[in-house]
Amino acid sequence: MLTRNHKPAAPPAEADPELEFDAAAARSSPWRLVWRKFRKHKLAVAGAVVVLLAYVVVVFAEFLAPTSTSTSDSTLTYAPPQMVKVDLSWSDGLQMYVNGYRTERDPETFEQIHTLDPDLRVPLRFLPRGDSYEMWGIIPWDRHLFGAAHAKDKVFLLGSDRQGRDLLSLIIQGSRVSLSIGLIGVAVSFLLGLLFGGVSGYYGGAPDTLIQRVIEFLMAIPTLPLWLSLSAAVPADWGPMMRYFAITTILSVLGWTGLARVVRGRFLSLREEDFVTAARLDGCGRIRIIFRHMVPSMSSHVIASLTMAVPAMILGETAMSFLGLGLQSPAVSWGVLLQEAQNVRTLETAPWLLIPGVAVFVTVLAMNFVGDGLRDSADPYKQ
Amino acid sequence: MPTTEASWERQQTPPRQNILEIEGLHTQFELDDGVVQAVSGVDLAIARGEVLAVVGESGCGKSVMARSVLRLVDRPGRITGGQIRVRTDDGAADMVSAAPETVREVRGKRVAMVFQEPMSSMSPMHTIGNQIGEAIRLHERVTKAEARARAVELLGRVGIPAPERRVDEYPFQMSGGMLQRVMIAMALSCGPQLLIADEPTTALDVTTQAQILDLLRGLQEETGMAVMLITHDLGVAAQMADRVAVMYLGTVVEEGRVEDVFRAPRHPYTTALLRSVPKLGSGSRERLRPVRGMVPHSYRRPSGCPFHPRCDEFMAGRCDVTVPEPLRDQGRPGAVSCLLYEEHEEHEEHEETTP
Amino acid sequence: MTAPPSEVTATAAATATGTAPLLRTHGLTKHFPIRRGLLGRAVGRVRAVDGVDLTVPAGRTVALVGESGCGKSTLGRCLMRFFEPTSGEISYRRTDGTVIDLAKLDERALKPYRSEIRLVFQDPFASLNPRMTLLQIIGEPLRVNLGLGAAETEERVAELLRRVGLRPEYLRRYPNAFSGGQRQRVGIARALALAPRMVVADEAVSALDVSVRAQILNLLKDLQDESDLTYLFISHDLGVVEYMADEIAVMYVGKVVETGATDELYGQPLHPYTEALLSAVPEPDPGARRRERVVLRGEVADASNVPQGCPFHPRCFYARDRCRTEVPALREIAAGRTSACHFAGELELKGCRA
Repeated sequence: MLTRNHKPAAPPAEADPELEFDAAAARSSPWRLVWRKFRKHKLAVAGAVVVLLAYVVVVFAEFLAPTSTSTSDSTLTYAPPQMVKVDLSWSDGLQMYVNGYRTERDPETFEQIHTLDPDLRVPLRFLPRGDSYEMWGIIPWDRHLFGAAHAKDKVFLLGSDRQGRDLLSLIIQGSRVSLSIGLIGVAVSFLLGLLFGGVSGYYGGAPDTLIQRVIEFLMAIPTLPLWLSLSAAVPADWGPMMRYFAITTILSVLGWTGLARVVRGRFLSLREEDFVTAARLDGCGRIRIIFRHMVPSMSSHVIASLTMAVPAMILGETAMSFLGLGLQSPAVSWGVLLQEAQNVRTLETAPWLLIPGVAVFVTVLAMNFVGDGLRDSADPYKQ
Repeated sequence: MPTTEASWERQQTPPRQNILEIEGLHTQFELDDGVVQAVSGVDLAIARGEVLAVVGESGCGKSVMARSVLRLVDRPGRITGGQIRVRTDDGAADMVSAAPETVREVRGKRVAMVFQEPMSSMSPMHTIGNQIGEAIRLHERVTKAEARARAVELLGRVGIPAPERRVDEYPFQMSGGMLQRVMIAMALSCGPQLLIADEPTTALDVTTQAQILDLLRGLQEETGMAVMLITHDLGVAAQMADRVAVMYLGTVVEEGRVEDVFRAPRHPYTTALLRSVPKLGSGSRERLRPVRGMVPHSYRRPSGCPFHPRCDEFMAGRCDVTVPEPLRDQGRPGAVSCLLYEEHEEHEEHEETTP
Repeated sequence: MTAPPSEVTATAAATATGTAPLLRTHGLTKHFPIRRGLLGRAVGRVRAVDGVDLTVPAGRTVALVGESGCGKSTLGRCLMRFFEPTSGEISYRRTDGTVIDLAKLDERALKPYRSEIRLVFQDPFASLNPRMTLLQIIGEPLRVNLGLGAAETEERVAELLRRVGLRPEYLRRYPNAFSGGQRQRVGIARALALAPRMVVADEAVSALDVSVRAQILNLLKDLQDESDLTYLFISHDLGVVEYMADEIAVMYVGKVVETGATDELYGQPLHPYTEALLSAVPEPDPGARRRERVVLRGEVADASNVPQGCPFHPRCFYARDRCRTEVPALREIAAGRTSACHFAGELELKGCRA
């Protein structure tokens, strides 16, 4: 049988066990919580690193590319990629080099065939002098990160194209157009999407119906014919810069619809949230409710869908340029570069022309991983 | 738990035959920010035909415990220790270590479960007749027509009007109370020996709740199955149960016959819970005396007795150090895990045990 | 544009309880249209609140009870003009004693009364913006309505936190670090920020655990004593209602079916629905289980398709022919007691007092 023990001693000190547990979380701002959740998504973090590196390349393209886009050597067209080798026996420490090319003619077709000659050594070095350029259009310089030690030597680490240009340099320089078109295009469609989605979701009724029908109309048009007709409307005499802006506009005018739907959906669901009701009852005006309560609550969702929209834009540009509807040589973008790989016969002799496709693939994949991670961590309060 | 068996058998004239015995059950959730001990050493048993109510506040682990019985704990949750013995034709199956086939065999056929949200446990794409029939055909070899006939009969048994017609309806066409009846019908379809009802009436209105509780009681008496009723509502427990187990932070702090626990609670937590509820019909406007503080966060399980930071009878240097063991009493079946009590040899007569 | 307030003298509206009503509705109705099809034509309507007369005496607690879908929450939100009433009056006695019809005011004219009648929500998780600190949440009504500066807001919020039993140091924390009970305290602090006269507590303790619920009930009672608050306590929990309310109005499918002082209503209900409700509550006392209970048949009627006659008749054990055809009006049966049952007073209905 049981008996009761002692009389109770003094009650315990008034502790707040539950508030001490996560004092850090209690004071963390929503963005820190998003970050904490995002960090656990390994693939997304890896993707973020890749994307970040890609944009570093965009910013320092001239410096990172061994040569400028206009440097070509008509004697070395379709030269195969060279492997960087290191000679440890060199008396002054390490010596990096590539094997030079030996050129022969095909006895039947008389085409030049370049093969790597193991006896030839072309020395490489960091920060060699090369083509001069103006960094960001202002700082004149002629050093590059990596390249042939002597400016007269030709080095094609990823091979050369039809005109004997260095593919590596082209990819690096082309990233500028390809990756920025995504950002700018998304920025424009973000504004459109936020505006129309917001009006649609917040006001509802007739404006909503109208905007939704327009979105459905735009989404129902097959993309390719639309691109065709829109780019046909771009005057042929426009320079590369103008063409670039035209393409961006085409992409973003078609791209805002998805975003507008996300924004509208969030607005509709947030309108019913208790805390929005509370804000209304607190006497907040419409503007305050939208910008202080609703927009912050959906910003992370919007960012997530933006991240997903950037790769779509990049693919759009690539596809248009590949089809010859977008940018054209001498402008350089990944799509333009891939245009060269259209011919099966060239692909057979120079399969490295597909390498720009790898760049597109890796970047788009990385961006999608980031988008996935952001989408999962966008709402740190959901259990 | 040999002691339990022994004492029960001495107590009750027909020898208790446990159909479920849980011993030292531990279930934990390994989350990114830490490990949550949802169930932390639970011992419980249910005898044939008995109604056991497991009561406790949210986060006390009662639902996880119930789901563990059917091995329905999903990742990142994991059963990390203990035994869950379910009586079968040839002895007992330990649900913790049993092979997947055995687990499937036990689910539905021996032990069935009813959940709080009937809507989310049914497929919206199939008629309720199909879903009940499916449950029957999973365990028995019957034709579709037979299964349908059984479904109609079951719907009738759970008090659904015009069952021949409603058997062809979809879940969205039914109200919450009706759906809960359908869930119960589905659970009964294979004649389980134990029904686990996890907050079966929490989502329902009070008059519907009364109907469902009535139904459960009637079915239990009719079929003789045992019921484990998981609830946060002390009233539901008092109305339905033969025995009550009170859970706090993953452990059973007190357990016993419903009259004993409600009339003469021993654990300070049980006492505090009971006095936190305004008693209907008392007309009392006296200030309630609630439990102090809040349930601690699940990552921070207090040392010693888990209830000590909120306990009015806290004994410094004891409660925050020693983990109380379940103490048993021969005058009263059940157990209490509290350091206020001490076990004595049976030589004096009852002093404090009877209410 | 401010509509001319319909003024009545306050003294004329005194009730049997002796206190003047703070708020009184007359024929308050809220119908929601059911829209179907491409053009969204209204094909029917949900009679969420259907001609409710309700009196809320100043300084008292009136409870609205009923099952889900009975319109009690809609009624509460109509009083605050969160929903636009379809018709009816909401007479509100101002601090200077004059009475104004809130139902006729436009948004601008309504603003001062918005801070006098405040709402406490049911869900302590959904009702606090997770992206704002307690200071921002509780300070918002202060800043928006009173235009207080940062320092003064902070001071006032700290004081409010103290009043609801939270530490003022929590000012800069986000709600996600708090438990349900603490969040509900924050919600109460927000409601109290503008020193309201009336608080509508819409199922304010329903989402809380038993032990925490008692703490919040105590807090609500303390605050009422301190500040002379009037509560409209909306709840489905009859145990809690009995503890909190001075007067009770029972609702069924958009209508008030019975009113009365708590003790009288619990002791001797005058409407069969009230009897059934009281009888259905499971008591935490195993001895009460052999008690004879009224278990209703069927389910709550659909507010878009209310039965003919008395809306309760399909479930009522006492229904007679008259109930199937004639809608019973809410009428006074005894002093301070009303019931909408044709046979109120004749039926022997059981309460839950010993």
